[in-house]
Amino acid sequence: MRARLAEWLPLIRPGDWLVMAAGLALCVFATATLWRGGAPDKAVIRAGGEVFGEYGLSVPRLVEVPGPLGTTLIEIEAGRARVAADPGPRQYCVRQGWLTQAGSVAICAPNQVSLSLSGRGGQYDSLNY
Amino acid sequence: MTRSTIELTPTVEDRRIARHAAAAIVLTVAEAAIPLPLPGVKPGLANIVTLIVLARWGWREAVWVALLRVLAGSLLLGQFLAPGFFLSLSGAIASLLTLGFAMHLPRRWFGPVSLSIFAAFAHIGAQLVVARLWLVPHDGVFYLTPVFAAAAVFFGVVNGLIAARLLRDLPQAT
Repeated sequence: MRARLAEWLPLIRPGDWLVMAAGLALCVFATATLWRGGAPDKAVIRAGGEVFGEYGLSVPRLVEVPGPLGTTLIEIEAGRARVAADPGPRQYCVRQGWLTQAGSVAICAPNQVSLSLSGRGGQYDSLNY
Repeated sequence: MTRSTIELTPTVEDRRIARHAAAAIVLTVAEAAIPLPLPGVKPGLANIVTLIVLARWGWREAVWVALLRVLAGSLLLGQFLAPGFFLSLSGAIASLLTLGFAMHLPRRWFGPVSLSIFAAFAHIGAQLVVARLWLVPHDGVFYLTPVFAAAAVFFGVVNGLIAARLLRDLPQAT
């Protein structure tokens, strides 16, 4: 096997390695830019229809959001977020658990609070060639 | 019955082009028999012939060989004027234009492998653009770009190596 490989190697000229590396770099770049759909980069919290705050998903924190029924507690961790506690009667948004995908939403309707994750991947604003 | 007065006398160059185009067509047809996981990902073995012709006899002959190959290959595969034909044609034109520029790179540094990779990228680039503009008018087409790019690098290197080896080993006169 090694002897075979050695036969082919001299056919590759110095610049060819550069072109190959550039090609691979382009692959990695394309993968990184086009396939990051689903990775969220911030959490958007709305209360009463207004944006209450936008938080990056890199720093863990607890956010208290006031609503008509009381305080909704939202917990943010690296790459995910959840509604930790809510005064609503049915607790749907709490039971949804951790949100990890861009575009996913937890809505606590009774307290008029929603938590959604937004990310850049998946939907492009524009592509030009 | 009068004898036809039109007589075509093929030149040496014509015969050479026909011979190389025939080799490229054979590779195209043989390649069509290989099952592939994704439409659009193909080894593009016929480009080995294009690379050899380009290196030995220049760009003009390479254009002839590549375009004849696209035309006759699509006729043989029953794809003439089908979407696949236009994708091949646009890919071939783009890679020929790219090769026209890339062939002027210093040969000491950039061999057939480089040319092959450039041509492969031009191929998928043009095909993606044509597919986006015409066949699938949605940006979702670009979602597969990483796969196509990886295939371009891989098959580009393989085809380039084969072309380089054939250029080294084939007698000059063919």
